[in-house]
Amino acid sequence: MWKYFLRRIALSLLILLGVSALIYLLSMLMPADYIDNQTYAALQSGAMTKEDVQRLKELYGLADKSFKGIVKSYLSWLKSTMSGDLGFSFLYGKPVTKVLSEYIWISFLIAFISYILQIIIGIPMGIKASVNQYSAYDYIVSVFAMMGTALPSFFLSALLMNVFAIKLGILPLQGLTTATKLFPPDAHFQILLDKAWHLVLPISVLTLLGVGGTMKFTRTNMLEVLNSDYIRTARAKGLSEHEVTYKHAFRNTMIPLVTSLSGMLPGLFGGAMITETVFAIPGIGYMALRATQQGDIPFIMGYNMFLSILTVLGMLISDIMYMVVDPRVKLS
Amino acid sequence: MAMEKQNDLNNNYTDNNGSADSVLEQNFRVISPGRMVAKRFFKSKLSIAGLIMIILVFLFSFVGPLIVDATWGYKETQVFKIERNSDMVSKAEFYGPDGKLYTYYDKSQTLVVFKAPPSKDHWLGTDTSGFDIFTRLMYGGRISLVISFIVIFLETFIGIVLGGLSGYFGKWVDQLIMRIVDIFACLPGLPVLLVLSATINSIEGIPAEHRIYYLMAFLTLMGWTGVARIVRGQILMLREQEYMMAAETTGISALHRIFRHLVPNAMPQLIVNATLGLGGVILYESTLSYLGLGVPFPRAAWGSMIALADPSKGQEILANYPNMWVPAGILIVVTVLGFSFIGDGLRDAFDPRMKR
Repeated sequence: MWKYFLRRIALSLLILLGVSALIYLLSMLMPADYIDNQTYAALQSGAMTKEDVQRLKELYGLADKSFKGIVKSYLSWLKSTMSGDLGFSFLYGKPVTKVLSEYIWISFLIAFISYILQIIIGIPMGIKASVNQYSAYDYIVSVFAMMGTALPSFFLSALLMNVFAIKLGILPLQGLTTATKLFPPDAHFQILLDKAWHLVLPISVLTLLGVGGTMKFTRTNMLEVLNSDYIRTARAKGLSEHEVTYKHAFRNTMIPLVTSLSGMLPGLFGGAMITETVFAIPGIGYMALRATQQGDIPFIMGYNMFLSILTVLGMLISDIMYMVVDPRVKLS
Repeated sequence: MAMEKQNDLNNNYTDNNGSADSVLEQNFRVISPGRMVAKRFFKSKLSIAGLIMIILVFLFSFVGPLIVDATWGYKETQVFKIERNSDMVSKAEFYGPDGKLYTYYDKSQTLVVFKAPPSKDHWLGTDTSGFDIFTRLMYGGRISLVISFIVIFLETFIGIVLGGLSGYFGKWVDQLIMRIVDIFACLPGLPVLLVLSATINSIEGIPAEHRIYYLMAFLTLMGWTGVARIVRGQILMLREQEYMMAAETTGISALHRIFRHLVPNAMPQLIVNATLGLGGVILYESTLSYLGLGVPFPRAAWGSMIALADPSKGQEILANYPNMWVPAGILIVVTVLGFSFIGDGLRDAFDPRMKR
């Protein structure tokens, strides 16, 4: 088993290496990087010459756009990344690792709360739908679940904003704090409450978008288990329907559920780019979208690598959980 | 011909004979697998609903523009200047010298030519540039549907070729292709698409109309790995079966064996996967359009129509002009939902054991 994991980890590292090379190549191909964007006005007015810009680029290792140059700068990027240094973000004026660690938490908070809500709402709904297969409840819940996966996040956000923030005016439209309100510095509780108030809509959007998937997954797996022989045995020995559903069926449904839900955990740190941007929540997704639009290459690289690492971690975790939850599974 | 006729006669003869076998034959009808799938598919209400939704969206976006063009003679970028007076009322409250509260109203009228409300001529009004929204919805649908079908076709094609080779040859071919698949599957989808689209947007050598082709290529690049994995898995399973041994002994070439004998067996899964994937591509495309990185401006796209309501650009449209952005969103939902209903229906129809 340990051999299996060592092999998996080695493979993951190999994948990450490939991913980093690919992303680096792509982001170096972006024709206008941050330096171009920043020096554009100065160039136009004659305050800077082309040579100045070129010197700036050389300073940051962005000058040589030939294949050889890209390989060289990739290798130096790789070397510093190995030592934990992801470089310096042009846009935010801070080391990339610092920007990541600063803005990750608000994203994680939103994602984690909606993850918990998805589990609390989605799983019971899925169980109930599978027990009453083909009932009206089943149909309604299934259609709603699919609607959640069919809604683009920006459209759902706009709808909720229109209703709750503008028409009803009970929730704030954008941002993380009320700009017009001044809090005394010691009113921690009030500030916290204000922030929580601003997070209601983004969390609802993420929950509504995700709950359908959880519900459908639960339902499909429950149905599979409910059709197996040992459920018939459980019924035959006279157990109550409640006990059959929750003790015998659901516990076996837990295997795929725990596997996939635990695999989602690392992804919670990745931020929700569109939702955060629509609601102007300063999370990591919002920062990354801005950095991408501005051509801030060190940040783009750092963020995308971070996301890839999260994906690889998620796969590893769900593999491990698969074995932990189901003792029959022996990985080799 | 003559032989067939003879067979027919023979059949008739045995039928009339009234043996036990033929009685059975009369009671059972032989249905081809394809008909059986169709029968199971049409039994589900949701798949019929999905089919109707998709047909309507197709008619709307492909026949609709023709009708508009033939009857009223305009296209998506026709600007309409509809003049109307818009009242601006501002209100201020102040305390007068007598200590009473006074309210001060200022009413002014401005002449607005764009953003016309829904009317008989323009069913959903006009947008911020004076384009007819209803017509733009049709053209936006065209873009979304065309992109999604082409992307899914390309994805499936690349996936079948690479997955087929990988599954059949195994060994180092498999290792190489599957590692490439792993790398592509690990790329963060949206951020990388953003980088790619931004790149294309700023290269001046590429005319704006061609950006859509690059967009398709990128979407394909991000999505083919799923198909490759499915095909590989199926082939690993199927190549051990006896009929493959038979195919091998007849001495046909490896390519023929893969693409004529193995891949068709993976088809049902691929069709389901492709149908479910169509919705995903539409969502990606509209997200890119929403961020201004999709189809360039004068052309319509559902995503960019919703982007008008982005509160960062002012709340006016979000609050007061739902006719500009809500229909586009509803169309996206209907289309994606329609494809997933059909996909689910097809999956259940192809494989009754997987019945939900």
